[in-house]
Amino acid sequence: MLPDQFLFAVEVMLNGLMAGVLYALVALGFVLIFKASGIFNYAQGVMALFGALTLVGIMDGQVPFAHLINAIFGTDVHHFGWHVPAFLSILLVMVVMVGLAWCVQHFIFRHLVGQEPIILFMATIGLAYFMEGFGDLMWNSEIKKLDIGIPQGGSMWIEEATTFLGGSNFYGFFIDKLEIVASVVAVVLVIILVAFAQYTKQGRAMRAVADDHQAALSVGISLSFIWVLVWSLAGFVALVAGIMWGAKSGVQFSLSLIALKALPVLMLGGFTSIPGAIVGGLIVGVGEKLFEFLIGAPFLGGATENWFAYMLALLFLVFRPQGLFGEKIIERV
Amino acid sequence: MIYRESGDFSETYPADSQTFPIKFDRYRYYAVLVVAFLIIPFFINDYWANAILVPFLIYAIAAIGLNILVGYCGQVSLGTGGFMAVGAYACYKLMTAFPDISIVLHILISGGITAAVVTLFGLPSLRIKGFYLAVATLAAQFFLVWLFNRVAWFYNYSASGQINAPDRTVFGYLVTGPNTEAWAKYMICLVFLTFAGIIARNMTRGSLGRKWSAIRDMDIAAEIIGVNPLSAKLSAFAISGFFIGISGALFFSVYLGAVEVGEAFGIQKSFLVLFMIIIGGLGSIFGSFAGAAFMVLLPVLLKNILVGGLGWDTALAAHLEFIIVGALIIVFLIAEPHGLAQLWRIAKEKLRLWPFPH
Repeated sequence: MLPDQFLFAVEVMLNGLMAGVLYALVALGFVLIFKASGIFNYAQGVMALFGALTLVGIMDGQVPFAHLINAIFGTDVHHFGWHVPAFLSILLVMVVMVGLAWCVQHFIFRHLVGQEPIILFMATIGLAYFMEGFGDLMWNSEIKKLDIGIPQGGSMWIEEATTFLGGSNFYGFFIDKLEIVASVVAVVLVIILVAFAQYTKQGRAMRAVADDHQAALSVGISLSFIWVLVWSLAGFVALVAGIMWGAKSGVQFSLSLIALKALPVLMLGGFTSIPGAIVGGLIVGVGEKLFEFLIGAPFLGGATENWFAYMLALLFLVFRPQGLFGEKIIERV
Repeated sequence: MIYRESGDFSETYPADSQTFPIKFDRYRYYAVLVVAFLIIPFFINDYWANAILVPFLIYAIAAIGLNILVGYCGQVSLGTGGFMAVGAYACYKLMTAFPDISIVLHILISGGITAAVVTLFGLPSLRIKGFYLAVATLAAQFFLVWLFNRVAWFYNYSASGQINAPDRTVFGYLVTGPNTEAWAKYMICLVFLTFAGIIARNMTRGSLGRKWSAIRDMDIAAEIIGVNPLSAKLSAFAISGFFIGISGALFFSVYLGAVEVGEAFGIQKSFLVLFMIIIGGLGSIFGSFAGAAFMVLLPVLLKNILVGGLGWDTALAAHLEFIIVGALIIVFLIAEPHGLAQLWRIAKEKLRLWPFPH
């Protein structure tokens, strides 16, 4: 029998791992875009929100821009009255995300080629604001429930199987089924992405663009196509992240804030590394939960999760600016 | 026709290198000062003060501060909200700990405290730059808001966790607290803004400002021509922090009166001030004013048109505001990266030749 305190710490750690997987999922979208175009996409979290909002909207048959239409024409429309099955709606949202990727490339970043990275970054902040307003305008800003049939609630099986580890105060590890599903999905997604990048023609072109824009251009790769492709991929990843977070805590504004959590993940893992995003996500997830459990809640008054990841990243930056797996391309000042 | 420089000779070097070398500009500047100091205070009412003028003045100070850091020195900061909170809480602690000392002094000292804190968080800028630094300043934002929320000493152990500005006077007139008259609020902010503007303008065109610009344009080249990056960057952080701290102190004590830190100084505030300087113009003092005015006026205008004029509900107006602000940011970055200040400059060039452009 192990001491209870230790077992609780292990449970906290397991939950941290699960949360970390979700962070990693958002961070993945960042890495994809950053590698291929050097754009640090602040709007990734809002893309997740937008994807989830659109999914709920399509599934429930909401009328897009119902608010606006009602305000202009004095009508009272809100729902079409049909329900689209989850699978079909996800496909539809994927089409929307591709359309969004095209629009972003065509209307914004095509005009900003060759600008400094920081200008591009600020443009994505503008994009984030725009999409936030647009998503709310289109599907209104109420908190929505997203239910596409992912099992939820604690897994009894794991709880029962692990009860024997501790004493009478310990009832086994509590792990949400949703988080197990999310981890599996994330792992599958990473495998697909890596396979796509390694073994397909478009994937190779994508890596070529990531290596060197001009060289890629000179062997006949269409940059704008690759960029649309990358933004679409990031859109899919954002959609998956949006579905997972949305199923967990409802589709609402705070979903876009997970993008901010992904930033320290990237600093830890390195901006250019897909495995880095995963490992960074896990470190941040476990680190912040354990810190809260061991130091934050008992000594510092709790809620340290808000800043722990940033402080960790900040310390990390001072000693290893390229992150764990990043390429050493950062210029020292 | 009116705006021209013919017959406008400067005979001394100081006359040539003053801020407004053209006579018309100078008179316009004096006219603005006269209107701001001698006319508006007599006509101001509560609505104008609270909805437009006081927030404009305070945000303009913050925008000047951030513009020094981002526009002049090229160090992007997303921690403005947290830094304003430092100013606000420093001011609160000073106001309650030393009630006999003048509030003006308190605000200045809070600026100094903020400068120290910002410099501390600016230290990573010596090793990292670009958006790595931006993320590092996000750490400051979240950490500071958490700190003021959780450590009861900062809000004097009040039950609500809020801080409330006690009544304080300047020359016998109330400037803080709920009974303050509109003109007093306006005047104290205006005085601080005027000094901030004059100091910032002269700093940025002096040797310090040239060092900042050199660092911004290319740090390695700047180091080679003898600019010390350590002192240049940290001085930019410190001076920027000073202005942001003053604006935070004013925002709390004069404008809001009662503050809940996460609400008043959250990440949204950081972005708001950043948007002000992007739209107004990076690396321009006038741009800070223009951007602050624009971002303060836009929601008021939208609300008046959509909610007041067309009768739409406020949520819809808020969504549209997000869309418009986001689109404007992108449009400005694409079409006019130097913002409103550049438009103003172009307009002046055109006016100089008008109506005979050839």
